[in-house]
Amino acid sequence: MKRLIFILLLLASPLAAVEPDEVLSDPALEARAREISQGLRCLVCRNESIDESNASLARDLRLLLRERLVAGDSDQQAVDFIVNRYGEYVLLKPDTRGANRLLWLAGPLMLLLAGGVGFGYLRSRSRATATGDAPLNADEEARLRDILDR
Amino acid sequence: MAPYNDCMITELGHFALILAFGVAVLQMIIPMIGAHRRLPGWMAMAEPAAAAQCALIALSFGALMWAFINSDFSLRLVVENSHSAKPMLYKISGTWGNHEGSMLLWVLIVSLFGAMVALFGGNLPPSLRARVLSVQAAIAVAFLAFILLTSNPFLRLATPPFDGQDLNPLLQDPGLAFHPPFLYLGYVGLSMSFSFAVAALIEGRVDAAWGRWVRPWTLAAWVFLTIGIALGSWWAYYELGWGGFWFWDPVENASFMPWLLATALLHSAIVVEKRESLKSWTILLAILAFGFSLIGTFIVRSGLLTSVHAFATDPERGVFILAIMAVFMGGALLLFALRAGVMEARGVFGLVSRESALVVNNLLLAVACFVVFVGTMWPLVAEMFFDRKLSVGPPFFNAAFTPFMVALGLVMPIGSVMPWKRAGFMRALRPLRYVFVLAIALAGFAFVVQSGRSLLGPMGLFLGAWLVAGTAVELWQRSRSDWRRLGRLPRADWGKATAHAGLGVTIAGIAGLTAWAVDDIRVAKVDAPFTVGAYTLTLNGVEETRGPNYLATIADVTLSKDGDKIAQMFPEKRIYPVAQMPTTEAAIHYNFARDVYVVIGDEQLGGGWAVRTYIKPMTIWIWIGCGMMALGGILSLTDRRFRVAAGARKTPIAQPAE
Repeated sequence: MKRLIFILLLLASPLAAVEPDEVLSDPALEARAREISQGLRCLVCRNESIDESNASLARDLRLLLRERLVAGDSDQQAVDFIVNRYGEYVLLKPDTRGANRLLWLAGPLMLLLAGGVGFGYLRSRSRATATGDAPLNADEEARLRDILDR
Repeated sequence: MAPYNDCMITELGHFALILAFGVAVLQMIIPMIGAHRRLPGWMAMAEPAAAAQCALIALSFGALMWAFINSDFSLRLVVENSHSAKPMLYKISGTWGNHEGSMLLWVLIVSLFGAMVALFGGNLPPSLRARVLSVQAAIAVAFLAFILLTSNPFLRLATPPFDGQDLNPLLQDPGLAFHPPFLYLGYVGLSMSFSFAVAALIEGRVDAAWGRWVRPWTLAAWVFLTIGIALGSWWAYYELGWGGFWFWDPVENASFMPWLLATALLHSAIVVEKRESLKSWTILLAILAFGFSLIGTFIVRSGLLTSVHAFATDPERGVFILAIMAVFMGGALLLFALRAGVMEARGVFGLVSRESALVVNNLLLAVACFVVFVGTMWPLVAEMFFDRKLSVGPPFFNAAFTPFMVALGLVMPIGSVMPWKRAGFMRALRPLRYVFVLAIALAGFAFVVQSGRSLLGPMGLFLGAWLVAGTAVELWQRSRSDWRRLGRLPRADWGKATAHAGLGVTIAGIAGLTAWAVDDIRVAKVDAPFTVGAYTLTLNGVEETRGPNYLATIADVTLSKDGDKIAQMFPEKRIYPVAQMPTTEAAIHYNFARDVYVVIGDEQLGGGWAVRTYIKPMTIWIWIGCGMMALGGILSLTDRRFRVAAGARKTPIAQPAE
């Protein structure tokens, strides 16, 4: 039984995200690595960045990224290097090329549209007069009041 | 194993479910015809049917829970999701910790809300009540058919195994045990608003009274949804092991989108009730809010957008839910298109007024929801139409969604102090000028102290102070600067203030955590102290133990500051042998200013252990704020206007607003 427990504990080991042995000695470089890895997706995980993931692939990517940074790549070069190898699927923040413009502009455009419609509505309400203001007859008003007072 | 004489309970549960389906079909058809032809007896059938349907589904759910509690391994579902050595709490929560059981819970709540309307809806006009219950029954029919045809929880196994395969260990946690029921009470509670909206469209009439009836149901659903989301995010924070609280995962978004729309609906229904305006928009919101609940269910159940939570990856089920969604949304929107013209607005108000402020609120919330929706669906769209396989992750949502929340936070106190009908902009703003100065001062102070870090933290503090102090000023104004009147304000006022201040607290917490967190990763040797920020941590030792259904490695860490011991912490990592899955149990020292979050990793070859330490400022504020929002909703629900059989109103109805 003891041996079984030991084996199971060994199985449990790949549990951590960034491991101490991965951390770069230069704090500025390490900070850059952490920043970039928060924006890169762990390809075998479901919705985790490589900074958070426990998977061994994520570890490989973290090491690769640090290698590039140590070799003197800029942030952009390091990211491009990884995107070239793994495709844009690896980017958690989609780029703004091609169809992705639709994604990025969806919010602002919708706000403009909704804002326009909303403003039109508000203006119409502020200009409306009270003419069409009594579609309920006296009986209906009484019934309404009765219901509201319950 | 269940005793032999209890074995029938499963069959009884199965039978009750089929019977409930029959009752729901009757409840869907008869009251609707009755309301159309003005047949009181047919309409009156809705209430007993709703009660019976709810009782039958409750019986069925109880039978399933019984099977889980007694570890009846002749049931396939129990085998796949339970284990005899599992603690009792998780045997119970295992009932809904799987696809079939959670759908049964879903439909139980649909029928529960129906039964509540039958019970408390005495003040509704009979025809409206009949139609509401009929629509509600239609939803139940669809989902009961879904359960019985594609996801039957009561299927037996010919040869029962000796033991089960255990529940996913991540789900074996008190926070997560109660996360789904709350979330579902919220999701499904929105079916009530939907039923009210569709019934009103069929009836062809939306008036102030309708606005008043629909509000408490929406508010109740919103409160549950708030609690459910907060529980889920708190769980992610302490369980997943790196202290994130929100991941913009498709499944999280699925619960967040209905929340955004329900929040908008709450506010627009106020305008319907008080000012008889925004009627068709409110109806549309009610339809869409439930629509997003259905989309959420679809996303989770179909596994279409893979994520941590998608435990049912089965296209047949996905298509079925898609069909349900198409029928309900298509039908309701068609009805809306045909009837929306009937509902004219009556209220007249100026461009600067409470009404306008609430329109801005709705606009921002709806567009924010749209952004989340587009972001969630984009990977699918891009792959289908543009042949690009890409990800949309937290960086996108943080950039595209946050501005809307910031705008909302800025506008909120201004809108709250704005009078109805017509207001002078500068005059309405006057009482807020000190609040503005206070918030700016606080943000400036934070900016100076943090020296050269991002603007996020100070901005969050500004918004937080602006919201909390702005709310206080509004309450003070409402009591006409008399503290004795403060206690006599309606509970709805207190509820609103509490919820609005809660949002401020949550925003400040999120900003503080995001901007000022510190983390540290290192190999810690036993008895060798190390410092993180202002704290000193010492690893005293690590030992291995066994829990009821797991093996654990527990570290003993002393946390101290300036030489004084603050706490003894026990971060843990576990392995669940049956499910073959490891989990982390972080040790967290909570307090109002910061959390210290310690995670134990692996033993290192050269001796020592990997230890991760995070100092997370103001984190607890996030959930305190969520709690305040929920509490605010509950306070409003207990307002005398909503209480059944409350006495006559003191103010005559002719005065539109307080």
